[in-house]
Amino acid sequence: MKLIWGTLIAAVMAVPAWAEIKIQQVQSPGGISAWLVQEPSIPFVSIEIMFEGGASLDLPGKRGATYLMTGLLEEGAADLDARGFAREVEALAAQFSYDVSDDYVSVSAKFLTENRDQAVDLLRKSLIEPAFDEASIARVRAQVISGLRSDLTDPDEIVARRFKEIALAGHPYGTAYEGTQDSVSSLTRDDLVTAHSNALVRDRVYVGAAGDISAEDLSDLMDELLGDLPLATTPLPDRIDPVFDGGVTVVPFDTPQSVAQFGHIGIARDDPDFFPAYVLNVILGGGGFEARLMTEVREKRGLTYGVYSYLVPKNSTALYLGRVASANDRIAEAIEVIRTEWERAATEGVTADELARAKTYLTGAYPLRFDGNGPIANILVGMQTQDLSPEYIVTRNDSVNAVTLDDIKRVAARLLQPENLSFVVVGQPVGLDSEDQPQDG
Amino acid sequence: MLHRALMLVAVMVCAAPVLAAETASEQVTTFTLDNGMEAVVIEDHRAPAVVHMVWYRAGSADEPAGVSGIAHFLEHLMFKGTDTIAPGEFSQIVAANGGTDNAFTSFDYTGYFQRVAADRLELMMQMEADRMVNLTLTQDEVRTEREVILEERNQRVENDPGALFNEQRRAALYMNHRYGVPIIGWRHEIESLDLQDALDFYADNYAPNNAILVVAGDVDPADVKRLAQTYYGPIPADPTIVPRQRPQEPPQLSERRMVMNDPRVAQPYIIRTYLAPERDPGAQEKAAALVMLAEVLGGGQTSVLNRKLQFETQTVVYTSAFYSGTSLDDTGFGLVAVPADGVSLQEAEEALDKAVAEFITEGVDAAQLDRIKFQMRAQQIYARDNVDRLARRYGGALASGLTVADVQAWPDILQAVTEADIIAAAKEIFDRKKSVTGWLMGAEQEGTL
Repeated sequence: MKLIWGTLIAAVMAVPAWAEIKIQQVQSPGGISAWLVQEPSIPFVSIEIMFEGGASLDLPGKRGATYLMTGLLEEGAADLDARGFAREVEALAAQFSYDVSDDYVSVSAKFLTENRDQAVDLLRKSLIEPAFDEASIARVRAQVISGLRSDLTDPDEIVARRFKEIALAGHPYGTAYEGTQDSVSSLTRDDLVTAHSNALVRDRVYVGAAGDISAEDLSDLMDELLGDLPLATTPLPDRIDPVFDGGVTVVPFDTPQSVAQFGHIGIARDDPDFFPAYVLNVILGGGGFEARLMTEVREKRGLTYGVYSYLVPKNSTALYLGRVASANDRIAEAIEVIRTEWERAATEGVTADELARAKTYLTGAYPLRFDGNGPIANILVGMQTQDLSPEYIVTRNDSVNAVTLDDIKRVAARLLQPENLSFVVVGQPVGLDSEDQPQDG
Repeated sequence: MLHRALMLVAVMVCAAPVLAAETASEQVTTFTLDNGMEAVVIEDHRAPAVVHMVWYRAGSADEPAGVSGIAHFLEHLMFKGTDTIAPGEFSQIVAANGGTDNAFTSFDYTGYFQRVAADRLELMMQMEADRMVNLTLTQDEVRTEREVILEERNQRVENDPGALFNEQRRAALYMNHRYGVPIIGWRHEIESLDLQDALDFYADNYAPNNAILVVAGDVDPADVKRLAQTYYGPIPADPTIVPRQRPQEPPQLSERRMVMNDPRVAQPYIIRTYLAPERDPGAQEKAAALVMLAEVLGGGQTSVLNRKLQFETQTVVYTSAFYSGTSLDDTGFGLVAVPADGVSLQEAEEALDKAVAEFITEGVDAAQLDRIKFQMRAQQIYARDNVDRLARRYGGALASGLTVADVQAWPDILQAVTEADIIAAAKEIFDRKKSVTGWLMGAEQEGTL
């Protein structure tokens, strides 16, 4: 039956010099498209599927529904109960995982060539016909609530939540997508069925595949796997402009080391200045030992084990965030140093030497990302969600190399806003005012 | 953030993703330099990348008493500089060549690695060989880096009651062996580590005849050997290096129990760890049976503990069994239970014990064992997709007293484990006299032992 409906294979790209990453664009008869890198030397395939919308599609009052729903996909489907489903997956040695973020529900699968059809059939059941039986709902709900309870006394979780609440209030991004103990407790089976049909839709799906599969077989597979999903009926969330006042919010918590999250507004992935911004961040706080924040806060002063910043271009907003953790009596100094470096980069930009080193690092490291079927499938699906073309893997290093000192300076002046750089600190910091009430949970 | 990281509990606590080495031995080449440095080359020509690793047979369990954490501290200091490389320049050069580098310390070894384009291998070897013997340190660097390490301990341990609890339990499990001392070190001992402590540990342990080279990726083994001879070959062997003989455990005659309270604990749980044998060269069968026991008991949704404690009764929200056999000396076999709402730790522990006792009577479900073995065979296929992980598997095994032959025999030994072997292993391992049972709970409340 293959090819009767006509599989369209569009671009075939090869990356020069360093790798034979040939991306095939596959369009299935049922209208689902995917990117594929066929690599037959190891007899299995990795597939990455992302459904746009994710936990941000939670309906009002139903926070945590998409998260709980996703956790239940592997807990029984069609004619199989939870353990029956797990037994089948084990018997095929397939590996499925299901995950949620603010913007996506994502499914990672890998399975052997020798039992591919059975594995796809099983994965299909979990996506199209999840059971959501009451026993499984109760069991997984209890696991989620147990996790939420632990999060209430975990400084890393407390800081992330308070930061969102302050910056993104009123938007789904402003609360944890796992929900709260109250909201999760009140979710019904109907809520989960609704969350399922809202989030897993075939017109908001992206697919990347790598490994031992042909374009024709992948085309069939996608229709089999995803063809019976519904179309989207719920709108994606509105854009939000986050609010940052440049202040410090202290959440008192009895622990020896204060954990801080900081940030302000970021830059969109499709902004023409995204590349300079990306390079700027590598130099300022990208996490390597050469980054300024790491040099100043850790290497020179020993104030932390790790400090880093990162651009977060989300679908409905853009943030520029960072993290640091220091003993309660040293966190104030760490924050001071970070503010100084933010200011210095905003006004002075970076040096030619820093820019040159960042470029060689970024361009050299990029091909090393393509180091296995799983990572390649991941890259392919990620590129599609970012609306990039397959040619991107060829032009990407050129785009990095094209960034000039002037570009960095322009972007630094626009992106870095020392006066708006806001901190949330969880702990018992010395020398920082508590502008906030204790976490009430 | 993995930077200069410890391999802490994660290794021990994940229910062993067990499996299986690369058996296609034509992809693995070994050689030994005249100075005693062993080398393993793993070929993967799909992408023009390489990982270059040097593992020293020197971990936290090889530290002298009183300077806990020095192995890990030295690992940090190894990035400072040599006669020819300025402080911090090592990582800068790696990055400028498009690579990433890092290091890790465990109980049995310290490892350094770089991931770069395959044509940069020579430079990596040159730099790694240089810092094997030419490290230079200043008092200032040591002082500042000690602050970093204290912050690392804050981040990994002091801020995490589960990690503090883990330290306490290990200290009780090992009555005489250095495995009872945390890799990162006790805080009061870290605070007094100095330059001389680091130089002493370096001089005692860093030498080619105490090191293992692992190179994996798009390389020709003959080229690797030639480069290794050029850069590591000239370094003389240290004649004082001898096979490690650490203080061993005495007979353990008394069960140990502990309760730890910490107001930061919102979800109480129980962990019991039994002292357990490790994989030994040429004798991995018992360890293989324990790997299978951990899988059968607690390895996933269809495991015995999950069935009995989560599905047939609603006693726990999470349960698992864990065992890590790659270790130079006695390791641990653990059971975990996180009680459901309204279930006390006492009730959870009783249910856990009852489930294990029932399992020993009922025996192993043959279909479950078949599934596990098939997954392990499949894992050998999946493993070929990640050459870094293969490199770590060989390096970790060789630094823990095993041989390449042991690594390559391991998948078949796992496949040969029978239902009777698993039950016999269970009967032997579950001896409460050789165990520590810990309850971790919130601020003082109910519960006595």
